[in-house]
Amino acid sequence: MKPKPELKIVVSNAPPRPPAPDAPPQQVEMPFAVVNGEPFSTLPRDLYIPPQALEVFLEAFEGPLDLLLYLIRRQNLNILDIPLAEITRQYMQYIELMQDLQLELAGEYLVMAATLAELKSRMLLPRPRLDEDGEQDPRAELVRRLQEYERFKRAAAGIDALPRLERDVWPTSAELKERQLLRTLPHIALQEMLVAFKDVVVRAQMFAHHHIQRERLSVGERMSEILAALGERAGFVPFQQLFRPAEGRMGVTITFAAILELMREGLIDIVQAQAYAPLHVRAANPGRMLRVVTDNTEAAAPADEDLS
Amino acid sequence: MSESYVRNVIEAALLAAGTPLPVAELTRLFEDSARPSSQQVRAALAALAAEYSGRGIELKETASGFRIQVRRELAAEISRLWPERAPRYSRALLEPLALIAYRQPITRADVEAVRGVNIDGVLQTLMERGLVKIAGRAEIPGRPLLYETTQFFLDHFGLRSLDELPNVEELRARHLPVAPPAPAAVAGPGSSTPATTGGVEAEPEPPTPD
Repeated sequence: MKPKPELKIVVSNAPPRPPAPDAPPQQVEMPFAVVNGEPFSTLPRDLYIPPQALEVFLEAFEGPLDLLLYLIRRQNLNILDIPLAEITRQYMQYIELMQDLQLELAGEYLVMAATLAELKSRMLLPRPRLDEDGEQDPRAELVRRLQEYERFKRAAAGIDALPRLERDVWPTSAELKERQLLRTLPHIALQEMLVAFKDVVVRAQMFAHHHIQRERLSVGERMSEILAALGERAGFVPFQQLFRPAEGRMGVTITFAAILELMREGLIDIVQAQAYAPLHVRAANPGRMLRVVTDNTEAAAPADEDLS
Repeated sequence: MSESYVRNVIEAALLAAGTPLPVAELTRLFEDSARPSSQQVRAALAALAAEYSGRGIELKETASGFRIQVRRELAAEISRLWPERAPRYSRALLEPLALIAYRQPITRADVEAVRGVNIDGVLQTLMERGLVKIAGRAEIPGRPLLYETTQFFLDHFGLRSLDELPNVEELRARHLPVAPPAPAAVAGPGSSTPATTGGVEAEPEPPTPD
């Protein structure tokens, strides 16, 4: 933060007197400290200020406008007619102080220093066409900014004075901490689900892929195989032995279809010793009516009719 | 449907809800057959407010609706319920907030022009606290983001609308630059960037004697 020589040169050139002869008489500074009843309006040169303390002091300023406003208000100066040279000198003292202490100085402070220096130099120049309306006080823009900033400084204080939730007022509540939201799930009948599923199936069918494959297992072939197997054994064969589970679902289904077909054609008999007992299959005698043999006569009777 | 019934339901709802409730929502609490009109709900709210006068609590209407709150006069006592105090809002936070509140929607550059300092971090904090939100983009070169205050801001400061901000008329108006009295002149609307201080340089300068 050291390289700022050109700003310091401006300061050294600053005449410590009012900028213009028509400026109002210098107002008395408000003392910022009173020591043993003696007011102090400037820092004694030999006063040691711990850097931390100064840092705190400077952090109280919200930027260059705030610092400038502080300098103006502290001395009860008229903001519309700022003694620019004097204010610039004081402002630069603070900036130098900050730089001497190697404090991190926000760039905005330096921009303002440059602005002040520029304004001051312009005030020193003779002004052309003083009587014309077009002529503008070089300070006007700075004054406008200071006033605008001051208004919002007050506005901020106004907002801070509003009753703030959880600082000044608190919402009341009868706490219902134990409350639990029990979401009851809607009751769905199985039927509704089936209906919904049917719709899905119908839609799925629209996209059905037809994969035509040569039938590797034929019912007719399987019928001959079964008859051959039964002929070899010439007796009852347990129903389950006719199946070869290794063939998988399709294979056993084909076998089952073949058995049903053989029954329909009266070529085999299916026998059950008693209810729930294992089924047995044998080749039917040629010419004999197909029937299901069972001990359960009530069940057997309608079966006979159905199959005959 | 008696008046006291409506009043009791509303009072209980405001206590149970824990958030401000608008009149429409209060009306919705009642059975169809016993639903009061919004005027009746408002009357019941007024009756509640009157009942609370002189008590430790009060009825307050903010942007989101009505809430029952502790009276401000009791803040000192009530704040002792909690070990830590509510955080102070620094001026670094309040000044940008004030600018956004009174001048919304506003760009970051416009806030910074008035404050004279960068507000990057502060803006982030204001948004994180839910006091400020992005309001779109300004249709000017660069299309910078615009910022505005939130409904939470109004609730947080106990306001019904932005019109209730203190000195709203004065602060919303964009003042024309005020010229100093000496050379009576009204300055033109100047840019607020620090470098520009009028078109004096452009004026033909008379020869200055050395």
